[in-house]
Amino acid sequence: MDVIEIDVAIVGAGGAGLRAAIAVAEADPSLTLALISKVYPMRSHTVAAEGGAAGVIKDNDSLDNHFNDTVSGGDWLCDQDAVELFVNTAPLELLQLEHWGCPWSREANGKVAVRPFGGMKVERTWYAADKTGFHILHTLFQTSLKYPSIRRFDEYYSTDLIVEDDRCSGVIAIEMRSGRMVAFRAKAVVIATGGAGRVFPFTTNGAIKTGDGMAMAYRAGVPLKDMEFMQYHPTGLPGTGILITEGTRGEGGILINKDGYRYLQDYNLGPPDPWPRKKAMELGPRDRLSQAFWHEQRKGRTIKTPHGDVVHLDIRHLGEKKINERLPMVRELAEAYVGVDPVHELIPVRPVVHYTMGGIHTDIDAATPLPGLFAAGECACVSINGANRLGSNSLAEIVVFGARAGRGAAAFAKANPKPGAAGKGTQAAKARLRELFEREGGSDSVSGLRKAMNDTMESGAGIYRSEDTLQQTCGILADLCARYRKVPLQDRSNVFNTDLIQALELGCMLDVASALAHSALQRRESRGSHQRLEYPKRDDANYLKHSLATYRGDQPPSIGYSDVVITRSQPAERIYGGSAT
Amino acid sequence: MSETITLEVLRYHPETDSEPHFQRYTVPYRDDWVVLDALNHVKDHLDATLSYRWSCHMAVCGSCGMTINNEPKLSCHTFLRDYRGGVIRVEPLDHFPIERDLVIVMDSFMDKLSSVKPWLIPRQDRPLSAGEYLQKPGELQAFHQYTQCINCLLCYAACPQIGLNEDFVGPAALALAHRYNLDSRDGGKDARAEVVASNQGIWECTFVGACSEVCPKQVDPAAAIQQTKISASVDWLKDLLTPGAHR
Repeated sequence: MDVIEIDVAIVGAGGAGLRAAIAVAEADPSLTLALISKVYPMRSHTVAAEGGAAGVIKDNDSLDNHFNDTVSGGDWLCDQDAVELFVNTAPLELLQLEHWGCPWSREANGKVAVRPFGGMKVERTWYAADKTGFHILHTLFQTSLKYPSIRRFDEYYSTDLIVEDDRCSGVIAIEMRSGRMVAFRAKAVVIATGGAGRVFPFTTNGAIKTGDGMAMAYRAGVPLKDMEFMQYHPTGLPGTGILITEGTRGEGGILINKDGYRYLQDYNLGPPDPWPRKKAMELGPRDRLSQAFWHEQRKGRTIKTPHGDVVHLDIRHLGEKKINERLPMVRELAEAYVGVDPVHELIPVRPVVHYTMGGIHTDIDAATPLPGLFAAGECACVSINGANRLGSNSLAEIVVFGARAGRGAAAFAKANPKPGAAGKGTQAAKARLRELFEREGGSDSVSGLRKAMNDTMESGAGIYRSEDTLQQTCGILADLCARYRKVPLQDRSNVFNTDLIQALELGCMLDVASALAHSALQRRESRGSHQRLEYPKRDDANYLKHSLATYRGDQPPSIGYSDVVITRSQPAERIYGGSAT
Repeated sequence: MSETITLEVLRYHPETDSEPHFQRYTVPYRDDWVVLDALNHVKDHLDATLSYRWSCHMAVCGSCGMTINNEPKLSCHTFLRDYRGGVIRVEPLDHFPIERDLVIVMDSFMDKLSSVKPWLIPRQDRPLSAGEYLQKPGELQAFHQYTQCINCLLCYAACPQIGLNEDFVGPAALALAHRYNLDSRDGGKDARAEVVASNQGIWECTFVGACSEVCPKQVDPAAAIQQTKISASVDWLKDLLTPGAHR
């Protein structure tokens, strides 16, 4: 196997990975750096984020506000030391993006503009129209080009971490254009591979969001934390799952059911007026809004379509000028994919799997329990998002913790010796790939198993979950994992073999899905995005804890728990609507 | 039997094929399907060996540019309903080597992109502690359109000049250089001119305008190139009259 010696290897070149790479390059330009991604950086899914990034910058806001909104939004499962660090650092990191050229939308006086988002006491979301993620990603990518030490390995699919002497000492990847395997021998590794929304069938997540980095770390013995918390975004387009940003509601959009009624007032989010109003109605948090949809559907008050039930998002009253200025992509997307012009018509929307709150267990420095391994962004769980992420915290998270992971990895690389020669880990990875190529027979296909996984995740681990459906899902996943170990490839060639890549991605998704379903089964309470029908209440006595899923090969994961860091906000009731403060 | 539509897809595998060939697939016709959905149907149900790039399915990641019935298009934004009753021919983008099937080799573009120094070169250094650079909405508007490029490469496939001279820096990269040149925070125009105004840069453009016609994001690279030509000419003239004055 070809070996590339490097100081720091970063897997994933979206917002968090690029920010980490720049941080390494700025920490010490003499450090060698491999930025490895299965796609070109500008294809990374950061590109699809729309509404904005949260950071306190205006005089009417405060760091305390951001802290409190985040902690209550996360139903008190956030680590408060991490949230404190996050809210303190976010404004600087967003400002750094401004200094790198990010085209933030502006006020008339030239200062950066902010807009309200769900669950926020005061408007604090920086935005670049409704293509904020796109602009952040391209700004970071273009800026990264000026650092000579950032060496990119585009379209390299990472398969395994190398772990030797109780330390992460590199990563193994397949160069997709040749099929060649490469071992990156690194002093430190950062994983920044994003979320795992593709575990579910109906998601805003792009095809690439298959949890590869989570699975790599998990298989290397690093626990996955709080995986049962999966966020449904309340407004996706039916059929495709394309995201319609929360910014629509931040700008004043409303949600109505089939009777034209603003149904959120029936779910402790009202009264509806005055509108717009922070932390109320359509500006409630995502978990509550998606759960309200589920109840409306049960009451028969949603609208039937060939792609499932919907409610309507109405932004007509904003007027064409404002829609074009603030929400141009929403207009484009609705016109193209559902044939609706939101200037004149209602947009059909339904809840859609959007964000993986859980992820690779890290501390506040983005370090995992495995020495030399760091993680940042959606693939990681620090945790600042707790049981429900607030909209616009994730774009700030990728730069805050991306930079932190980069600096941590740089420091680790400087303080530690080069790893020894490539050992048995690389041979085992090679043997596994050879075995996959040589499999014959069987009636299963990668796409068939993937569909079965998607279906069982939706039916068992959706917005509301129960003991029975989760048990069933865990059982089906175990069966699918066993069948996966025998599924043959249809394509045994070397050059850009997407059958191979999809097979490897499916393996990652099955491991992540198992961690998710078992963590959900074991959490017998309702908190944030995790709602159990038999246990409708939050249970702080037993479950004010992070879950930690540990990989056990062919066996189901073991689920352990760790304490939540609480510094200054004691768990309380989450209050939105009229009595919100 | 429910309605179907035929895809005629270019296949090329460098390990086994001496040259590309076409393969036909019959897929279900659905009004709300895009060409990418049809390709995914092929991949999942008919032929797992077909390779192509895609991710976001919402016309923003730029991965899925292809030639669809002779036009460069994003396959996630091209609806079957516009080809109903016919055959849809799907090929890789023109003017790039084929890596495999619908996947092109895009190294040349990545090199061109970085050659124009597409990053902010501040007009005036400003420490973070001093806060943001002020930029009024009108100043943002001056370059905003040129920030919209998703690097999908449709413009390179459409540009006749790229076909004649593969070293031409090309529409997207030149538009991006223009984006930074027009940014009120930026002072890097001269640094970029080395490539932008070189003989592989703006002067290679013959103003056919095909790039702007195919752009799915209305970036209008042709306008960017023409504006850059005017600006470069003015700078050249100024420099001739009073050396260094425009800097």
